[in-house]
Amino acid sequence: MAPAAIYNHSMGSENAFAAVALPHLDAAFNLARWLTGSRADAEDVVQEAMVRALTYFSSFRGGSSRAWILQIVRNTAYGALKARGERMAGHAGLDEGGAIEDIPDPADDPEKALIASHDLARVDALIGALPVELREALVLRELEELSYRDIAQVTSVPIGTVMSRLWRARKMLVRAAGREGRS
Amino acid sequence: MSAGDCGKLLLLQAELDGELDAAQAAALAEHRADCPECRRNAATLEAARQVLRGATYHRADPQLLRAVARRIDASGVGAGGVGAGGVGPRRPPRGRPVPLQALAGFGVGAALAAAVILAFLPGSRPGLVGALVDDHIRALQPGHLLDVVSTSQHTVKPWFDGRLDFAPPVKDLAAAGFPLVGGRLDYLRGRSVAVLVYSRGKHVIELFVWPASAGAGEPARAARDGYNVVHWTAAGMSFSAVSDLEPAGLEDFVRQWQQAR
Repeated sequence: MAPAAIYNHSMGSENAFAAVALPHLDAAFNLARWLTGSRADAEDVVQEAMVRALTYFSSFRGGSSRAWILQIVRNTAYGALKARGERMAGHAGLDEGGAIEDIPDPADDPEKALIASHDLARVDALIGALPVELREALVLRELEELSYRDIAQVTSVPIGTVMSRLWRARKMLVRAAGREGRS
Repeated sequence: MSAGDCGKLLLLQAELDGELDAAQAAALAEHRADCPECRRNAATLEAARQVLRGATYHRADPQLLRAVARRIDASGVGAGGVGAGGVGPRRPPRGRPVPLQALAGFGVGAALAAAVILAFLPGSRPGLVGALVDDHIRALQPGHLLDVVSTSQHTVKPWFDGRLDFAPPVKDLAAAGFPLVGGRLDYLRGRSVAVLVYSRGKHVIELFVWPASAGAGEPARAARDGYNVVHWTAAGMSFSAVSDLEPAGLEDFVRQWQQAR
């Protein structure tokens, strides 16, 4: 089912754009907020992304409109992070790159992770500390409930990469939460 | 991949993510029955899911929609830019310079506002899909979802008796991951219908049931405003499942419903 095709027949291009893009405003903001870490930056990113989406709208050929919008949001957010001079990986200081998963950790115990999961603010902080390419895969899968195929489209990587990123993200999250739960 | 990996790790994860078909899932089940690696990895995946339940979904502020409309208007991309092939600075025609520019820019903002109103105006969209989604959205307003609250099909089914001129089938799909929440009566395109309400996580799935004019029909799919609809007929009944669940999830629901007794 291609939403653009349905709407294009009966509406003008702006109406068609509104019909395709608007239902995804929450999703666009949620992704931008998780990528930039700030409400104000996320709102800027969404506005900029919607302008871009409208510019490219004539090239939208149907398929998942949500993945299409989120792809533009994601690329816009990366541009904003770059302009902000930030490393592409998470919040400075918290991020330990890919090293975490290689360190043998006695807290590698799912039970302990569950204890920490009750502190919701800490859960957000733990996700925010993940490297951005793991964080975005996790947010797209767990909060937006996108399929692997759509996540691959949004993040411009093969499905196999999506799968291994999701695993690394989950593993790192459980380990980090496990440490919280123990302390 | 880590040492000692049995090689099924990503398959295991794909199962959790609902990405495996029945054959793949069956093959995996056979393997993991006696694989300690899989048991440990499954526990990690489950723990990750539990932790992620506490993650915040950041919703857009209502003001953001207006800000988007303003930004689009200011960009000049909107009216004329799409379709009309307007590239470069647009010059207002002689004689009426400013007002037209302003009006042209107003186009997108107005379209955005109109689309928002359309999305929430009952009955504004003709056709069954529009009516179903309208109804589903209305039902999601506080206090409108359920007339009878029960997780038991043996409570929900008798409740409909005497309230409808037909007996809707009621199935419990809790084992398949779609627990029954309850039911309600609704009025859809001029007739009374039964609505069975199921949940999956934070999603609500509504199954509209009413007598069919035709015998049996293959599922048909539609999407509207971020909601997915699957419609089919079987055993003299029409069924329409409506949810904001992603299409694969809703398909799974329909499959489970069709297979359940």
